[in-house]
Amino acid sequence: MLLVLLKSVPGFLRFRLITREIYYAGVMSLIIILVSGLFVGMVLGLQGYETLQKFGSESAVGTLVALSLVRELGPVIAALLFASRAGSAMTAEIGLMKATEQLAAMGMMAVDPIARIVAPRFWGGVFSMPLLAAMFSVMGVFGGYLVTVIFIGVDEGSFWSQMQSSVDFRYDIVNGVIKSCFFGVVVTAIAVFEGFDAPPTAEGVSGATTRTVVTSALAILGLDFVLTAFMFRGVS
Amino acid sequence: MRPVLELGCNLGDVTHVTEILEVKRQKLMATSPLIEFRNVNFAYGTRPILKGVDMSISRGQVIAIMGGSGSGKTTLLRLIGGEIRPLVGSVSVAGQVVHELGRNELFKLRRKMGMLFQFGALFTDLSVFDNVAFQMREHTNLPESMIRDLVLMKLHAVGLRGAQHLMPAQLSGGMARRVALARSIALDPMLMMFDEPFTGLDPISLSVIGSLIRRLTDTLGMTSIMVTHDIQESLRIVDYVYFLADGVIAAHGTPDEVRASKVPFVHQFVHGEIDGPVPFHYQAQAYSQDLGIGVGSNA
Repeated sequence: MLLVLLKSVPGFLRFRLITREIYYAGVMSLIIILVSGLFVGMVLGLQGYETLQKFGSESAVGTLVALSLVRELGPVIAALLFASRAGSAMTAEIGLMKATEQLAAMGMMAVDPIARIVAPRFWGGVFSMPLLAAMFSVMGVFGGYLVTVIFIGVDEGSFWSQMQSSVDFRYDIVNGVIKSCFFGVVVTAIAVFEGFDAPPTAEGVSGATTRTVVTSALAILGLDFVLTAFMFRGVS
Repeated sequence: MRPVLELGCNLGDVTHVTEILEVKRQKLMATSPLIEFRNVNFAYGTRPILKGVDMSISRGQVIAIMGGSGSGKTTLLRLIGGEIRPLVGSVSVAGQVVHELGRNELFKLRRKMGMLFQFGALFTDLSVFDNVAFQMREHTNLPESMIRDLVLMKLHAVGLRGAQHLMPAQLSGGMARRVALARSIALDPMLMMFDEPFTGLDPISLSVIGSLIRRLTDTLGMTSIMVTHDIQESLRIVDYVYFLADGVIAAHGTPDEVRASKVPFVHQFVHGEIDGPVPFHYQAQAYSQDLGIGVGSNA
């Protein structure tokens, strides 16, 4: 990790390498993030309405959808999807480059593979993750709106106004973004490490890819608990 | 000396060019050796690979290193490239002891080396053109127009100028090897290393790669070290052969000396005999003992 950070300078000097990775890790993950966000928001809206209407509070469904998404589900589910889609791809790509001697060839050409291959992928993932989480949350809110306001008929004004009054920019949105930044660092660090450390065989690359997804998922969920405990304690 | 431009480069007086190159090569060989192994010992874990290897390689030559699988041939290349360090002894390249170099000095030295990996090791996300341009873009500040010209020259030298837009996945094994060769000579190295350059090639591709190695070594004034099993093609193009067995240099000589050699290991290797100093059977307990039918031999 420290090595990656130290060797990131050449990557930043040629930002083209990082933008390329943002495209592969971020832009190429957009479809799965947006579609998942939409469905998660729709389910949240449906379940929220079913529960809240029992207490005559169905107008608070907008609050429930928004807070659930920006505080927890947005960063966490987006990170899980990111680990599965982009993290596994990073590990497999770097692992295969190692297995086919591309990294060794690069080293023999006096080009540092960590600076040229690992660091740009790491930063590409780190920059992409918060943006993907934000888009996931936006789509989720839209999905909740679609189900509760358009299909069920909850009052549109109260849906948006309750959401606006109860979602705090500092505590909810900024903390959600901070969470997704942490997840981005953890997932991409695991992915590039596993790829670089993979035994140069088909079995080795396959195992490393699996480890990336499993380790990332556990790390995301564990880290989410720790971050939530620090961020939201005492906030009503 | 072989014809220099076997692959049809259109120069008028080939004989004259051959003579010039031969003089150039003799001058290079007369200078101090480019590579020196001194009492090099190396082991992977507890398994010894090299046991006191001494070897000296002159400039301007094409050298073949031969030996059975797992005899440490590729390890020699990795020691020269500084990927691994000897346990005992030293490897010097152009007067510099490789394992004593710092990271920056090692990378500086590697810029003067080229390596052709067994299956090319082309970057699969880059086109043929970008693969060859890779080192130029990484290590020089040349304008893109000049890089383009240089890349086309390198690709022309290996006969693949027309394949510049292809991706590595679209190339045959022989073509991939030739592109990798063009990439490895991109910065005109003083030393080229070839790790099993003939593996898996059809006879035509094999002959093309062999001829290219010889021709490029002569025209660029490089030194080439080739790790290979292909005895016939190697003896056709190299100046000198080292045989590695049991971690030591078992024999060495010119191609003619190798062909005439009576050394049992060399004879077995050159003639592809099944049994000899290199046994057919891997070390094992007695065959009859394995089968549970009493005491007997393992053969």
